[in-house]
Amino acid sequence: MALLEVENLQTHFRTPGGINRAVDGVSFHVNEGETLAIVGESGCGKSVTSMSLMRLIPEPPGRIAGAIRFAGRDLLQLSDREMRAIRGNDISMIFQEPMTSLNPVLTVGRQIRETLMIHQGLDKAAAEAHAIEMLTLVGIPEPKRRVREYPHQLSGGMRQRVMIAIALACNPKLLIADEPTTALDVTIQAQILKLMLDLKRRVGAAIILITHDLGVVAEIAERVMVMYAGRKVEEAPVAELFRSPRHPYTQGLLGAVPKLGSSLTGTATRLAEIPGQVPDLRKPIIGCVFAGRCALATDLCRQYAPGLEEKGPRHIAACHYAAKGAVAA
Amino acid sequence: MTDTTVNPQSLPAGLVVAPQLPEILRPVTIRRGFVGLLRGHPTVAIGGALLLTLVLIAIFAPHLGTVDPTALAPAKRTRAPSADFWFGTDVLGRDIYSRVLFGARVSLTVGLSVAIFASVIGLAIGMVSGFVRWADGILMRFMDGLMSIPPILLAIALMALTRGSVGNVILAITIAEIPRVSRLVRSVVLSLREQPYVDAAVACGTRTPMIILRHILPNTLAPMLVQATYICASAMITEAILSFIGAGTPPTIPSWGNIMAEGRALWQVKPYIVFFPAAFLSVTVLAVNLLGDGLRDALDPRMAKSL
Amino acid sequence: MSAPLLQVNDLKKHFPINKGLFGRQTEFVYAVDGVSFEIARGETLSLVGESGCGKSTVGRAILRLFDVTAGQVILDGQRIDDAHPSTMRQMRRRVQVVFQDPFSSLNPRMRVRDILAEPIRNFGLAKSAEDLEVRVTALMDTVRLPREALNRRPHEFSGGQRQRIGIARALAAEPELIVCDEAVSALDVSVKAQIVNLLQDLQREFGLALLFISHDLAIVEHMTHRVAVMYLGKIVEVAPRREIFAAPRHPYTKALLSAVPLPEPGARRSPIILRGDVPSPINPPSGCRFHTRCPFAFDRCRTEEPALRSAEGDQWVACHLDALPQD
Repeated sequence: MALLEVENLQTHFRTPGGINRAVDGVSFHVNEGETLAIVGESGCGKSVTSMSLMRLIPEPPGRIAGAIRFAGRDLLQLSDREMRAIRGNDISMIFQEPMTSLNPVLTVGRQIRETLMIHQGLDKAAAEAHAIEMLTLVGIPEPKRRVREYPHQLSGGMRQRVMIAIALACNPKLLIADEPTTALDVTIQAQILKLMLDLKRRVGAAIILITHDLGVVAEIAERVMVMYAGRKVEEAPVAELFRSPRHPYTQGLLGAVPKLGSSLTGTATRLAEIPGQVPDLRKPIIGCVFAGRCALATDLCRQYAPGLEEKGPRHIAACHYAAKGAVAA
Repeated sequence: MTDTTVNPQSLPAGLVVAPQLPEILRPVTIRRGFVGLLRGHPTVAIGGALLLTLVLIAIFAPHLGTVDPTALAPAKRTRAPSADFWFGTDVLGRDIYSRVLFGARVSLTVGLSVAIFASVIGLAIGMVSGFVRWADGILMRFMDGLMSIPPILLAIALMALTRGSVGNVILAITIAEIPRVSRLVRSVVLSLREQPYVDAAVACGTRTPMIILRHILPNTLAPMLVQATYICASAMITEAILSFIGAGTPPTIPSWGNIMAEGRALWQVKPYIVFFPAAFLSVTVLAVNLLGDGLRDALDPRMAKSL
Repeated sequence: MSAPLLQVNDLKKHFPINKGLFGRQTEFVYAVDGVSFEIARGETLSLVGESGCGKSTVGRAILRLFDVTAGQVILDGQRIDDAHPSTMRQMRRRVQVVFQDPFSSLNPRMRVRDILAEPIRNFGLAKSAEDLEVRVTALMDTVRLPREALNRRPHEFSGGQRQRIGIARALAAEPELIVCDEAVSALDVSVKAQIVNLLQDLQREFGLALLFISHDLAIVEHMTHRVAVMYLGKIVEVAPRREIFAAPRHPYTKALLSAVPLPEPGARRSPIILRGDVPSPINPPSGCRFHTRCPFAFDRCRTEEPALRSAEGDQWVACHLDALPQD
């Protein structure tokens, strides 16, 4: 059975300019120990999805509907108190900007200790010992000294390691990583990605990775879900998705990214453009959300929103025209 | 769950259509005009309307059933509010209703004048501070010095040096308020100078005076306007305090502070003498502050939040 | 070979930081510390490196947004680092800039028409009001924005459209060199491709030289002719695209390239994971600045600074290891 099952998730917000349908009918599941990447551009609803899973959406102006079943329980039916017991314990989260998600006036050790004392009921000494252990696990040198330091005394990469240590402190079953390496330099990103891969093997938590970087996806994800304008447009195992993307948006996205080394193999060509802009989510969209930017769009697409269809083995896409069966790349 | 509102007959065969999802929020009606303003920025609408009413009262004071606010009538001293004297009369038999309405002129004149003068002078000083490196230290230390004296004390000292008149009250309060504006403008200028569009303008060959005029000044106006409303409110209070302690508007001119000062001795037995000017002062200050708070949110929220 | 369009000789920019109560103890951020390179007409040179390596400071020094500490910036044979303001104003026309943030690089209170007209008026490029209008509309066509958009203000546009406006403003001055300071870094993938293609088209059409400052190596490879890799205020390697991406010589370049995650699942590769973080540019390490993180550092690296020397053809490297006789 899946660890997390999300069914028809809708997260809408009231804004002065109309209702923003940030996430509109997204369904997916995450198995135990699996890494699912949610990919998309800004405003596609990937971050709102992750915040909805943690029930961190302010209501009002927002509202979440649908079902989020985690280990058999619907998170949307839980009381705030029950939800607090899950956050940071069974499900934890890593954010993009480690500086703003750590409390600047508390020491690193205290911040790790606190989650342990709240959720696991450890006493101070045990929590301290465990905090040092966690810092060692995430590869922070001299952990005994670092527990007594404040976030501003650490570099960006170190802070992200601390964030990961806090997130993993209670042995969560699910880790949500929202753009965990976007704010980092490329050599530091490589360190953090390697750390995440190592930890995945050792800790065994399922991971939902939210990112716009297809390189990061290829590096650590097992399954990928592509979002566009608040909908899920495609989902497939990572190799399958990169080899034969079915949805025109996914195809456009992959074509728009230059590949390192392309100048050497002579494959350097003009980048594929996706013309136009993301639609305004405050206006109801009739038909396919991508129709306005899609080269294949017909009246059919503009009239009927395509549903998710099986297009290949474990490969689903929401497009009337996407090819079915095995496709040669 | 898979029911669709699309008529199945019209659906081409084999087409997979996304399930129709329910609306989970009430629809938003987008309103324009005054109703829209009231909904979007209620504080601006309420504060603005209140302030406008008070300004109209001040302007049309002679036509609102008032009598000469300085006319003495010893026979009709300390009358309670009645049909003849709506707000009653004071110890000299003057009609308080008329005095309060004319007093609005003094308060609003002082408030608006101080807001304008302090903003203009503060803007100039702040601009120089933000742009001329060597002048910055000198000007800001001077402003620090000015700020270290309590504004009321400064105003009292200045009033002691001059004759009591509305003009001098304005001058005294303006001097006390300038440091606040100039510090704000300086900090806004310093942050605007770091903006890439200012760098781009430099690269485009725009000369410094034009940079100030076209790129810096227009972007300082929003936070300054917000600051000006707070200065207006605090100037009206300072004026009332100065008049109350006899260091402000001369007693011959009715101002809310003067009326309150004259009613002070009797406030336990004739509370209405103090009540009406105090109520008007409170409502006016509230109106201006509401307007200021609303403007802060309505104008460029990013910049103004730093106030 | 003709003379280069832009020549930068031993450029240094040290920013003072005041410490102590009275600002007496002055320390310096050695943001750029001796950088030299050339850009030919119509050529794209990319400056790459991680945050804090000084690449943006180099760009701003060339635009003369501040005075440099030492060194020379020579545009078409004429020094501009110490040019008199009146000469400088005319030279500014020839070097323009596109910034990273499409939101803060346009004045929110100006209409697009006025934003584009500003450089044209400043440099007296339009002969009449009609000519100005013709030029402004032509710029909109060039960057593929609708002409009606001229009367709108920046907040009515999306990020990609704003970046087009920024490019149009740079083109308005009819420059020979455009400094693109992370010009596509803040954009979404699909929009980024649009802007990259636009820049390439414009370069071909107007024969522009580009100084392309970026941390995105895949985009750089796609765009550039030559690459200069910076680390802590110095250039560690400079070479034509082919050499840099096929056979990087400096250990830092190698690590940087291997650290880029490839959008190819299961790609067989072993990234060089560097130890630790970039040291502070306030107290840069002695000797080779990379020695604290270099997997190959030896004694000489800690004491003696390697000079940038020609390794092979147009490939220049600053590394002691590279200077050793090859096996």
